[in-house]
Amino acid sequence: MSEFDHERPVDRRSLLIGTGLTAMAAISATVAGASNQFIERLLRERFSELGPERKQQILDDLEREYSERYGRSVEVADTPPMDGVEFGYGLDLSRCVGCRRCVYACVHENNQSRNPQIHWIRVLRMEKEQGIELAESNAYYEPAEVPEPDAFYLPVACQQCRNPPCVKVCPVKATWQDADGIVVIDSDWCIGCRCCMSACPYGARHFNWTDPGIPAAEINPNTHYLGNRPRPKGVVEKCTFCIHRTRKGRYPACVEICPVGARKFGNLLDESSEMRYLLREKRVFVLKEELNTRPRFYYFYAT
Amino acid sequence: MDHHETPNADESGNRKLLPGSSSLSLLLIVFLAFSLLTLFSIVKGGMGEVADDAGGTRAYSPADFPDVDFDRKLLPEVEAAATSDPEGTYRVPPPPFSNEDIFPCSECHADMEVNHERRVLEDMHDDIVLNHGPKERWCFDCHNPDDRDYLRLANGTLIGFDESYKLCGQCHGTIYRDWREGIHGRREGYWNGAKSYLLCANCHDPHSPHFKAIEPLPPPVRPQYLRVAAEEVHDE
Repeated sequence: MSEFDHERPVDRRSLLIGTGLTAMAAISATVAGASNQFIERLLRERFSELGPERKQQILDDLEREYSERYGRSVEVADTPPMDGVEFGYGLDLSRCVGCRRCVYACVHENNQSRNPQIHWIRVLRMEKEQGIELAESNAYYEPAEVPEPDAFYLPVACQQCRNPPCVKVCPVKATWQDADGIVVIDSDWCIGCRCCMSACPYGARHFNWTDPGIPAAEINPNTHYLGNRPRPKGVVEKCTFCIHRTRKGRYPACVEICPVGARKFGNLLDESSEMRYLLREKRVFVLKEELNTRPRFYYFYAT
Repeated sequence: MDHHETPNADESGNRKLLPGSSSLSLLLIVFLAFSLLTLFSIVKGGMGEVADDAGGTRAYSPADFPDVDFDRKLLPEVEAAATSDPEGTYRVPPPPFSNEDIFPCSECHADMEVNHERRVLEDMHDDIVLNHGPKERWCFDCHNPDDRDYLRLANGTLIGFDESYKLCGQCHGTIYRDWREGIHGRREGYWNGAKSYLLCANCHDPHSPHFKAIEPLPPPVRPQYLRVAAEEVHDE
C-alpha cells in the first residue's frame, strides 16, 4: 500500500509473536494491578452453579466491598425463589395519574445511578383521543398538575416475559428467568454487549455507561445479588420486581408508593391472590402482544 | 489519463478539466458538507430541537424530593402480624379527621338540638364543601343524627367511622368489592400475608370525593442531555 510497508515488511510470524507478547503483557499488567477479588471474580464459575459455601463467600466479599465503599453496612442476599410462586403484576390505567412517584421510588429502592441518570420505569403520556399509541407517546411531560384532562398515562418497566427475547440473545447466559418468573441479570457475568437491550421491545434494560453515581447516604443497604446491589460500570440492569423484597414476601416499592393504588402484585399460582382475582374479573391486556413475549405484566381498566 | 493539474492553470486549461475533476471535486465538497452536517448534528445531539422549557434537561434524584416519603414504614401491627401470623391480617389506619380535636363528635353535639333543615353551614364545619351529589345528598344521609359518633347505613345500622367503607359500599358496590379483594386502593405490607388497607376516606374526601390533582415529579433526562446533566452536577 504505502512506501512504509515496503521499507519495513512485517511478516505474519513476527506480527503474531508481537501481538501475543503485547496481549500477555497487558494481561499480566492488569492482573498485577487488580485486586485479588477482581481476579477471583473474573476466573470463577457462574454464580448460579456454585456451591452454597462458595456463594456465601462471594456474598460476604461483596458485602465487605460495598460497606467499605459506601461507609455503611450493606447486606447482599441471594434469597431463592419460593416454591409454588410465580409473580404477576397488574397496573390499572384508569387510576394512574402519571405522578412519577413510582419512578423515583424505584431509583431509591434499587440503587439506580442518579447521575448519569437511569430510570427503570418510564411513564408514557398518551392522548385519550388516540388511545394507546406508543409511537406518539411522550415521556417528558411536565405540567403543573396531573392528571391532565385529555391524557392518560402508561408506566412501562420490565414486563418479566415468559418468552423473553433478552434472555435468548445473551451470548454468555448472564441473564435468565428464575423459577418465580423474574428475569434476572448476574452483573458479575454480564459482558456489557447490550444485545439484550436491542432485543427488548419494551426498552426496559439500561446500561451503566459509567460507575453508577449514588451518594453514599442514599444507598439502599438491603440488596440482592441478582437485583439491586450496586452495579459496576459496563453492565446492563433492569427491573426485577424488587427481588430483594418480593422473595421475602413484601410488595415491590412501586406498589407501595403509588398514591392512587394503581399497581397490583401477587402470586399467579395462588387462586386467592389479588392477581388471580384481577385476571378473573377485569379485562387485561399486555403490551405488544403480537410479539409473543407473553409478559407477566398486565394492564387493565378497573372501571 | 491526464490528471495533471497545474496550480497556475490558465482559463483554457481549466475548461479542459471541467468534465472530469471539477465535477468530482464538486461532488466531494457536497459529500463533505453532508458528512460534516451529520457529524455536527450527532455531536450536538439535535439539542436544538427541544425547547428550553420542555423539561428533561436536568437529572433529579429521589433526595431532591424531601416531601415524598420513599422509605415507607409499615404499620406496627402489620410488621408484628407478619412474624406471628403468616396467613395474613388486614389493618386499616384510623380515619382521617380534619383535625384531632374534632372527634368524638358528641363532645359538642350531645347537647345540641338536631336541625334537619338543609342549609349553608356557618360558624362550624364551614370548611366542608359538599361536592358529592349535592342535590341528592345531605349530612344525615350518612351521619347519624341522634348520636354523631356513628355513621348510619341506609338500613338504619349504626357503624363507626373506622368502618365507613360499608357506607360507601352501599352505592359503590363494584369498587367496594374490588377494594376488599385488593384491586382498588393502595395496599402495603406482604403480598403473601399481613398488609394494610386504607379507608375510602384516606384518599377520597367523602364530601368531595374526586381524587385531587397532584404535582408530578420531573421527567427523565433526555438522552441528548445526559452528559450535560452529569457535568452540571459535577460542577456543583
